[in-house]
Amino acid sequence: MTAIPGRTFKKVKELSPAEWIAPGSPLCAGCGGLEGLRIAEKVLGENVIYVNAAGCLTLLSVFPFSPLRGSWLYTTMSAPAAASQGIRDALDVRMGKHGLPKSEDLQVVVVAGDGSTCDIGLSANSAAIHRGLDFIYFCYDNGGYGNTGFQWSPSSPYGSSTQTTPSVAAHPAGSEMKPKDLFEIWRAHDPVYLATVSPREPIDLSNKFAKAKALKGPRLFICMAACPTGWGFDPKDTNVVARLAVETGIFPLKEYAEGKVVHTKMPRKRLPVEKFLETQKRFRHLFAPERRDDIIAEIQKDVDSYWRLYE
Amino acid sequence: MGVNGQRTILLTGNKAAAWGARLADVDYVPAFPITPQTEIVETLAKWFASGAMQGKFTNMDSEHSMFAAAAAAAASGARVFTATSSQGLLYGLEVLYTVTGWRVPFVFANVSRALATPITLEPDHNDVLSARDCGLVQLHAETCQEIMDFILLGYRIAEDRRVCLPVLVNLDGFYLSFTREPVVIPGEAEIRRFLPAFKPVQPVFQASRPQARASAIFGGGNYTYFRLQQHMAALAAERVFAEAAGEFGERFGRHYRAVEPYRLDDAEYVFVMSNSFSTKGKAAVNRLRDMGTKAGLLKLSLFRPFPAKAVADALRGRPKVAVIDQNIAPGVGGIVFPEILAALYDREDRPRRMLSVIGGLGGRDIRDGDFMTIVERLDRPDFTGPLTLFGESDKEQFQALQRIAGRREEALVP
Repeated sequence: MTAIPGRTFKKVKELSPAEWIAPGSPLCAGCGGLEGLRIAEKVLGENVIYVNAAGCLTLLSVFPFSPLRGSWLYTTMSAPAAASQGIRDALDVRMGKHGLPKSEDLQVVVVAGDGSTCDIGLSANSAAIHRGLDFIYFCYDNGGYGNTGFQWSPSSPYGSSTQTTPSVAAHPAGSEMKPKDLFEIWRAHDPVYLATVSPREPIDLSNKFAKAKALKGPRLFICMAACPTGWGFDPKDTNVVARLAVETGIFPLKEYAEGKVVHTKMPRKRLPVEKFLETQKRFRHLFAPERRDDIIAEIQKDVDSYWRLYE
Repeated sequence: MGVNGQRTILLTGNKAAAWGARLADVDYVPAFPITPQTEIVETLAKWFASGAMQGKFTNMDSEHSMFAAAAAAAASGARVFTATSSQGLLYGLEVLYTVTGWRVPFVFANVSRALATPITLEPDHNDVLSARDCGLVQLHAETCQEIMDFILLGYRIAEDRRVCLPVLVNLDGFYLSFTREPVVIPGEAEIRRFLPAFKPVQPVFQASRPQARASAIFGGGNYTYFRLQQHMAALAAERVFAEAAGEFGERFGRHYRAVEPYRLDDAEYVFVMSNSFSTKGKAAVNRLRDMGTKAGLLKLSLFRPFPAKAVADALRGRPKVAVIDQNIAPGVGGIVFPEILAALYDREDRPRRMLSVIGGLGGRDIRDGDFMTIVERLDRPDFTGPLTLFGESDKEQFQALQRIAGRREEALVP
């Protein structure tokens, strides 16, 4: 088994200046998902095929344009992992049976949102991970069905308002369910590597992709994708919102490998969750017309009980 | 062992399908089980495991995933085969619509089985006809030999520069899937001359050839361009089938056409049929002829693209034609009947009398008596149809079940 490399990068200036995703795609300004993928790609480099599920990032390639230096295949909303199986198997068979040079091999990378990943694609993803498919899964998680105008997804946070979970008198919290814990669902599959990443923490993100690149098997990423359009904040503040998600402890940065979960970035002193909540329109109903201390306290309680296990 | 390594063995339809894939030297089979198809993928799994076939067999998690893996592998340069049936075909239908647009060649078998509800096992063609509009080429087999031959022909069509589309080979569950017939297996060398190794004409995924495939498109006009490309490719498949079938006939002595006429030349009564029940139809034609009735049959082998001209030419001057649909579109009737009518509409020499017949649902047999009834109804211009093959014995059998279920109402049937 390949050894997992330690820290490859220590400073931002050590990251590659090469860009593998050109600017000028039709994605929203300030898209945290695209930023995460852009930094990840600096580590993955050449010879990548992106296998896409229906979602925001489907707009990366609109005929006749592609901002990618690698290959791209749009599939369906639930089949990118299954299609990745076909690509991986075909390349393996061609290299084994038909003498395709190893230099023609590709790193297969699924690019899918949290809706596709947690809902419609969950079964096919589970199967691909269970089969031990040699691929990278990049889930850009903005906590909602973003491309369709931001409806509720299983990743939508408790207390957030979406187009299909509006805050009304009978349901003041908006989204009343606690999000599906994708990290734990995936961890139960015992993948070779699993991590959460934030584009606001590029060194942490890059080191995790460097580890993944050195391994074979299912390597799974949940990327915090701050979403100006769906969350309701100015695109220039993506980095601020993304930073607050980490500093309030709402989005833990962690990894799983060789049977252990390790938090790669412990917030030294966690900020109160409302510092994150107050930056976004989807949580405005927690502050106006009247402050909902009960809902804010519930969100804080969940974050506190999570960290109590590790602090 | 015969000439050039050719031999004849007894094979079920499912085994014949597996042999088709083996003779095609398929690289990759993503699979998911469903009755009555499962024997196909079981056979292939064993052959890959034993080394009789080289490549990879992968157990998938659904037909949706299976077709996605199949098409993505074809887009990555592998020769791919898979198989499904019934609900499985429907479950994969979203992917089939998607991947015909990828313009990737692969072949799969559909073992026809009637659809739920109620859930059942025996065949009719509602499953395969549900995939009629998604851009697949469809070949419908009457015999175990045809299954194997159509798979080999299927790769020639799918991989042709003018087509680049997936090909579905249909066989009826039970009647063919589990029926043994003698099948001639051609020698390896002769097969390779007919079907050489896969040389993709479209770019395939590999490091030296980055490409974006299946990108989004906006604007109805731009979308139309791609859809018309697919349409032209599907239409071209009829000519490519004819060319490949011509060469196949020369090499192997078995001749296939898009439509197969049986004792049609002087026929006054024609049954239009497809798949395994065509054999029953042909037997009925023989018996009717023995009784002095000039009957004939037209079998549809190539169902997509629809060979409208070949159908109209074959039915030219035939006075009375019954189209036997082994399917039902509730609220409409038979699915194939209107397609035959459309093919004939602007022909001066079209049949004067056309009758829609719905029968063989869920594997319900079509017996000699049913063919006699069809002839009798063709002679009654006041009978507008459709004729539904559900007779007194079917009714009695069902009423027996109703009595067990504790109900006494009369069965309501058309």
